[in-house]
Amino acid sequence: MQHLIEMSGIKKSFAGVVALQNANLHIAPGEVHAIIGQNGAGKSTLIKILTGVYRRDAGEVTINGTPSTVSTPREAQDAGIATIYQELSLVPLRSVTENVMMGYEPRTRFGTIDWKAAHKRTREILERFGIDIDVKAQLGSYSTAIQQLVAIARAVSLNAQLVIMDEATSSLDDQEIEILFSVVRELKKEGVAVLYISHFLDELYQICDRVTIMRDGQTVGQRVISETTKLGLISEMLGRDPEEIEAAGMTGLGGGEKAEPGSSLFEAENISTARGLKDVSLTLRKGEIVGLGGLLGSGRTETARALFGLDGLKSGKIDAHGSSGQIGTPAEAIAAGVGFLTEDRKREGIVPHMSVRENMTLALLPKLKTMGMVDRKRETELVERFIKSLGIKTSGMEQPIRELSGGNQQKVLLARWLALEPEVLILDEPTRGVDVGAKFEIQSIIREYVDKGLGVLLISSEFEELVEGADRIVVLRDGFSITELENPGVTEEALIAAIAHHHEEAAA
Amino acid sequence: MLDTTAFDLRRYIQGNNHSLGVWITLIALIVFGVMRYDNFGGSYNISSFLNYNAMFIVIAVGMCFVIMTGGIDLSVGSVAAFTSVVAAYLSPYGIQVALPGAVAAGLAIGGLNAFFVVAMRIPPFIATLATMLGAKGGALVISGAQTISIDWTSNFTKLGLEKAFGILPWTIVITAIVVVGLWVLLEKTSLGRTVLAIGGGEDASVMMGLNVTRAKVLVYVLSGGCAGMAGLFLASGFGAGQPLEGVGWELSAIASVVVGGTLLTGGMGSISATVAGALLLGLVFNILNFENGRGVISLSAYWQMVIRGAFLFAVIVFQSRVASTAKKGTI
Ligand SMILES: Nc1ncnc2c1ncn2[C@@H]1O[C@H](COP(=O)(O)OP(=O)(O)OP(=O)(O)O)[C@@H](O)[C@H]1O
Ligand SMILES: [Mg+2]
Repeated sequence: MQHLIEMSGIKKSFAGVVALQNANLHIAPGEVHAIIGQNGAGKSTLIKILTGVYRRDAGEVTINGTPSTVSTPREAQDAGIATIYQELSLVPLRSVTENVMMGYEPRTRFGTIDWKAAHKRTREILERFGIDIDVKAQLGSYSTAIQQLVAIARAVSLNAQLVIMDEATSSLDDQEIEILFSVVRELKKEGVAVLYISHFLDELYQICDRVTIMRDGQTVGQRVISETTKLGLISEMLGRDPEEIEAAGMTGLGGGEKAEPGSSLFEAENISTARGLKDVSLTLRKGEIVGLGGLLGSGRTETARALFGLDGLKSGKIDAHGSSGQIGTPAEAIAAGVGFLTEDRKREGIVPHMSVRENMTLALLPKLKTMGMVDRKRETELVERFIKSLGIKTSGMEQPIRELSGGNQQKVLLARWLALEPEVLILDEPTRGVDVGAKFEIQSIIREYVDKGLGVLLISSEFEELVEGADRIVVLRDGFSITELENPGVTEEALIAAIAHHHEEAAA
Repeated sequence: MLDTTAFDLRRYIQGNNHSLGVWITLIALIVFGVMRYDNFGGSYNISSFLNYNAMFIVIAVGMCFVIMTGGIDLSVGSVAAFTSVVAAYLSPYGIQVALPGAVAAGLAIGGLNAFFVVAMRIPPFIATLATMLGAKGGALVISGAQTISIDWTSNFTKLGLEKAFGILPWTIVITAIVVVGLWVLLEKTSLGRTVLAIGGGEDASVMMGLNVTRAKVLVYVLSGGCAGMAGLFLASGFGAGQPLEGVGWELSAIASVVVGGTLLTGGMGSISATVAGALLLGLVFNILNFENGRGVISLSAYWQMVIRGAFLFAVIVFQSRVASTAKKGTI
């Protein structure tokens, strides 16, 4: 059978640093094909070579059996390849319609854009994903999840023969992922191939036919997914023995095993904000991880924002041990020993053109000063230590952070907060976009700090991470905190039931 | 589902809040002028006001396109000076030669800007600074640093004097055509939307498969062409090619664009509001002239500039306040 896409012997270096050394990819028409691999394995680079964002140094690419002439993303689209890039490639300042239709706008008889038809068509496309929003509004005014769905909707609407999704589910909740999967299945029925990159191995078993495994810029295997086990995939991806991985356990957070939590660090009482928090109460003590459970829009991120002083309180109060008064601004929060790793690393986290070192020590600089000067030696030591302990894959601490793979950028941000030695750390999706190996490492590191007395407020849309990682889980719904589950003893089913139960009650 | 067919003033205002301030101020100034001065609203004042400001308007709308991509064009004033000399030299052959000649000269310099910025990847600020100096030098060289009188016997003089269809001077009609044409380009074509997308995120636009190169070439060439047209108006308005004119025009153009609510970083902008911004800037002078004419106070040209600067600042602050309150209302 002829392959839709054949890439073989692909090589690519960036300024002397090898990103791909011998990568292969074979996609059959109409199949759902996955690529897995650790952060920095070269997955995104490989697809960017396919779509003409980067030029390959060596290797062959054929599309439908003929050598590919694609050298720009536009040519890739014209050749039937639609792509959702990992770093959402949309224009937040422009309207939803423009972002979906850009380059393919319906025309009037006079050759001008038919806006009425464009809005209508956009609404129809989004309907398929169960989204009903004002398509004339700025895209940037919607949540990351909606933006991600818009990006997917755009790609799917291009009538491609191949749709590439580079970690497209990273900010979606279960329900939205289900919608995405049904769209993927529909595409498959229509004979459209899908290339699916994800760190969630469970997802692969639900929709993928075959999987290509990458490690350190090389393709190390191609498997039929139904003939593999999760453990087998992980071991091939990491290049380690299955037994070794099994022994390490699934989650490194190890919630509920801890003995006594310490004194109270943080108390929020009946807080509400203009952003949709209605009535949330929670406490956080020394040496414990408190999880926030709930669906998208239940107020998890909003709670974090309020606790960090980003949104003013309409009512209620927050007492932070360590600060005399209330927390009203992020600066006051940081002074009181509170750190916040945001979920939207691109917009709120990284400074793209600055180096790994600068990004890591940005918040720390005041502490690194001796007599008004930054102590470069101490800074360097500290950065080196974190690069090593978190296993950050970079060519050096002076490399601009935007050149790092997605998961490695996330690790730098985590290091930024850990370096501050906070008393309270709010982690909003700390392991999003991080590979299974690194996820385990990050979770172990967090637990290490927690054992030393750090209090962590954990937000995660992965139920597994919450259930296995948190000592207690506060369940939120529509801006209210409704119940609290205590580990040990919490199961995923129990958490889902707690969220769903209250949801049904609300619907009834 | 939202009812999108019925016209809803509140929604409209909220959707256009970025330029609300400039319109309010413009209307307020006009009302003020009409009430305070006798001949302010007369056809003579309106016609000569528009005739004089036509060149600033076309430069500003060209600049608006460049700024919407996140770029800048500092060469517009020098280009206008250069093409005014070109137009004066071509005036004996009539308007049918002088107009295309001046515009072509502007387009060519714009093309040079595009080459520097797009092909050689020189930052727009530096690239257009270089052509600004180059065009200025060019204007002085070809004119011998003298004003070049136009040929008064040719039909070139009709441009500013004769009324098209007996209503408005040709200058104003041509300006209106340019403005409407560019408005259509921005609002109704894919190319126009690409210009905005580039300003909102150039990398993202490339990855969406938009033709970024073409759009960026377009804006610089367009801005050059607009400046070329302005040079033609300059020669016709003053009866001579003016190699020494155009100093600081790029800054007034940028001011017109910004006061109209267009983001200097690109991604958002409006042609109509830019025109309003240019009119507003001209109107301040117009009103100060009338005020001088009343004989109570007498402000020198220098003081007028100070006042215009202060006024501009006030409008920009007002503009951003209006925009942010209108925005709060939406959510
Ligand atoms: N533009 C660039 N300049 C320099 N190095 C780069 C660039 N893009 C990628 N790299 C490097 O190439 C390697 C592969 O990166 P890539 O983004 O393809 O990884 P990935 O498999 O997609 O990882 P992740 O799962 O974290 O998204 C990394 O080491 C990265 O630092
Ligand atoms: Mg990637």
